[in-house]
Amino acid sequence: MQRLSAESVTLAYEQRVIARDLSVEIPDNSFTVIVGPNACGKSTLLRALSRMLKPTEGRVLLDGQTIHSMPAKKVARTLGLLPQSSIAPDGITVADLVARGRYPHQGLLRQWSPEDERIVQESMAATGVAELGERYVDELSGGQRQRVWIAMALAQQTPLLLLDEPTTFLDIQHQIDVLDLCAELHETQGRTLVAVLHDLNHAARYATHLIAVRDGEIVAEGPPSEVVTAELVEKVFGLRCQVIDDPETGTPLVVPAARAARRPQEPAAVQQV
Amino acid sequence: MSTTIRTAPAEGGRALAKGVRAIRTPGGLSVRVEPRAAAAGVLLTLVTLAAGVLLIGSGDFDIPPDQVVATLLGHGDAAQEFIVHDLRLPRALVAVLVGGALGLGGAVFQSITRNPLGSPDLIGFGPGATVGALTVIVLLHGDAAATSAGAVAGGLLTGALIYLLAWKRGVHGFRLVLIGIGTAAMLTAVIHYLVTKADLVDATRATLWMTGSLDGRDWAQFWPLLIASVVLVPLILAFGRPLRMLEMGDDAAYALGVRVERTRSVLMVAAVLLVSLATAAAGPIAFVSLSAPQLARRLTRSPGPNLAAGALMGAALLLVADWTASNAFGERQLPVGVVTGVVGGVYLLWLLVAERRAGRI
Amino acid sequence: MLVQSPPRQSAEPRPATVRKRQTLRAAGLLAAVGVLLLVCVASIAVGAKAIPLGEVWHGLFHPTGTGDDVIVRDVRVPRTLMGVLVGVALGLSGAVMQALTRNPMAEPGLLGVNAGASAAVVSAISFLGITSLTGYVWFAFLGAAVVSVVVYVLGGTRGANPVRLALAGTAATFALYGYVNAVQLLDSAALDRLRFWTVGSLAGADLETVGKVWPFIAAGVVLTLLIARPLNAMEMGDDTARALGAHLTRTRVLAMVAITLLCGAATAACGPIVFVGLMVPYLVRTLTGPDVRWILPYAAVLAPVLLLGSDVLGRVVARPSELQVGIVTALVGGPVFIHLVRRKRMAQL
Repeated sequence: MQRLSAESVTLAYEQRVIARDLSVEIPDNSFTVIVGPNACGKSTLLRALSRMLKPTEGRVLLDGQTIHSMPAKKVARTLGLLPQSSIAPDGITVADLVARGRYPHQGLLRQWSPEDERIVQESMAATGVAELGERYVDELSGGQRQRVWIAMALAQQTPLLLLDEPTTFLDIQHQIDVLDLCAELHETQGRTLVAVLHDLNHAARYATHLIAVRDGEIVAEGPPSEVVTAELVEKVFGLRCQVIDDPETGTPLVVPAARAARRPQEPAAVQQV
Repeated sequence: MSTTIRTAPAEGGRALAKGVRAIRTPGGLSVRVEPRAAAAGVLLTLVTLAAGVLLIGSGDFDIPPDQVVATLLGHGDAAQEFIVHDLRLPRALVAVLVGGALGLGGAVFQSITRNPLGSPDLIGFGPGATVGALTVIVLLHGDAAATSAGAVAGGLLTGALIYLLAWKRGVHGFRLVLIGIGTAAMLTAVIHYLVTKADLVDATRATLWMTGSLDGRDWAQFWPLLIASVVLVPLILAFGRPLRMLEMGDDAAYALGVRVERTRSVLMVAAVLLVSLATAAAGPIAFVSLSAPQLARRLTRSPGPNLAAGALMGAALLLVADWTASNAFGERQLPVGVVTGVVGGVYLLWLLVAERRAGRI
Repeated sequence: MLVQSPPRQSAEPRPATVRKRQTLRAAGLLAAVGVLLLVCVASIAVGAKAIPLGEVWHGLFHPTGTGDDVIVRDVRVPRTLMGVLVGVALGLSGAVMQALTRNPMAEPGLLGVNAGASAAVVSAISFLGITSLTGYVWFAFLGAAVVSVVVYVLGGTRGANPVRLALAGTAATFALYGYVNAVQLLDSAALDRLRFWTVGSLAGADLETVGKVWPFIAAGVVLTLLIARPLNAMEMGDDTARALGAHLTRTRVLAMVAITLLCGAATAACGPIVFVGLMVPYLVRTLTGPDVRWILPYAAVLAPVLLLGSDVLGRVVARPSELQVGIVTALVGGPVFIHLVRRKRMAQL
């Protein structure tokens, strides 16, 4: 039994059903990445796992308990989430924002313990924002800001951490930066990470466990080396491609087929010049 | 029990923002203290006290400040006792409570809507109370007490209505603001209608009420406000920590274990109650709930809702405004709402320009 | 942003489809004019005093000076004309403002333009002792112009957030009405005169006022129709508009002048009226799609339908007295506005 799992959940926004009868287990101590085309339900699945969205049927289990009936703070001490849209309050400093990650461990009469202080500093050091402590969050670059939010999620000190598209809106070196950071957290601190990523090649390179979603269903899951094949990419993304070995890491690398090779597949798009 | 005060170590980076300290006891209890915010609180309390003494001392029969203090401590002569205790003290205390309630309510709503303009008078709750009061004045020809009751009822009904209309899988800040604006526009039309329907005497009374005034407030207005404040203010302050988390967005707060919807609804109900009661006591005094939390924030330089500082700023602001309204224009005594309206209008203009410059409008 | 994206179109709409849509739109516009005529008839026929239709006809075309004739000719006809004029003005100014700011919340009533005109008029009446419409209409223009420039500066350029803009407008409106209140409080004679004017009513309209107001509104209408094409281009963003060859600054200045003329004249003539400029373009959009060249004429025809319709409703529901049209439009428009807010996905805000 893994710590986090979903048991035949049906996920819906109001009347719109995104996924039906979906079951998934997140392997402990894995860096799991969920991939799939736009609007396939991957973010919805992550929201359900993080109890942000209550399934209309089925249940999400955390350590054997239904997550939606657990006390909010107790969940927040086990499971962290880096949401896609967070707002940095006006005039807040980096240190102050990261410190807010300690909220689930605090109380009205226990507002700032030495442990809080130590963990916040460690989190800032781990994400490389320690020297930015006094800076205002509004002044930071996109990459730095994302590191600060990750530091906040780290300060929450949860064995499980979910990240909803942590690399969106970042340029390429910051994307790699953030993913390196995630891999490091996974390796050195032994945390279980679950991320939704857009880029299949990033997913293949960094994940230890891959979940491919299409139309609210899990099409394949397992280690990237087994899952990422030309057939699967065509099935999930509708893209003809080759899968070769990444010359840097040996992980699978998806290379889209040339235009000429794809042409028979998309007769509608043919435009003779 | 010995208490240690320490700042975070300086090397590498500090885990608490500049100036924030923690007071800890050996039992493992700890409280975050921001010295600047604490100093601001002390300063505002002093200003409130001083303005209160000045306000009590001034009027048709001037009493010097030292004698005001002496009388308050029970060493005044009979005439002073009467003037201070029966006439002017209740007015000053009502001003403190009303200002505090408006400042606190404003801080709560600005934080919930994540918008410095999201104050209760702009998003419908104030106009709701006004409609209630005017209904009593114009249609029922009720007395002052009935008018107050009407204001409370109007404010609460409007609050419930806006909350229900804005509800759609949770109350979202933006939706709350826009629904409130729409409701405010409708209620404003009702207010105008009631004013045109009234005869000139009632219309004058209604216009005066709408401007907001502390004239002739006595112990009858004070006690209900005090009871409400004793219950509601600690409740709101206790929810200040989750409210801080809410400012980072619903998802982020949720991930940290905040019960988002519960926090928001408890705070809204409490703030609407407080604002309605304040409005019932003194009329919809303009712009205190808009400007007090923002001014407090500039004083404390602390992010977050600044609840306590907002309340103290509201109290200080209203006392100073009331003193100005009754003394600065020679013989003519203006209702306090005129002064807060002018100050608030200027402040609003500045705020719009600043927001514009920051690219937020 | 709340801006509605244009409906998805097939890559190359066939000319026949385009022609068919044009015909439909033109037919719809004709039908709208028909509805407007009907509402005008209703506005002349219905009122506090019940007058049989035959008498109304008699009064209109063969007046002999009976009491009913006087009511029809001197009260109801001017009131109807004024309703049409003010309706056109409010509908067009709302449509122009929304196109200019790319913001469906932009509305002269909500954003304080009418309140600005009110505040200026109140000052003129109370401090300068100006009582004639021709005197204070200039102050109304001034007030409307100042506020529309402020609104435009706040909301017109780099992708203003519609929520914040609406809130800023509401705050400005409150501040201005607070000022109006204070002036009235200090001058109870002014209060007696102004409390009726600050509501927004067609009841006081006479032919003389109509005669004074129509040139301003006509100028505003002409100006608006002249800038329809560049406004249409600007809906897609400044850069696209520039790429399409529109003169941005010239269009903006002309649009501001048009809004000021229309709102100022309408407010001076019958006081502030909210939500007409919001509702009509919004509803028209669902009929015509996002093309400003069609939105403008539709809004110009349907806004008077709404305004006159509200006025007739106000005369009927509260007999023997009547409900001012500004109150009726606010009570009708509020729910439409709230519906608009609830329907939008928050991602679009």
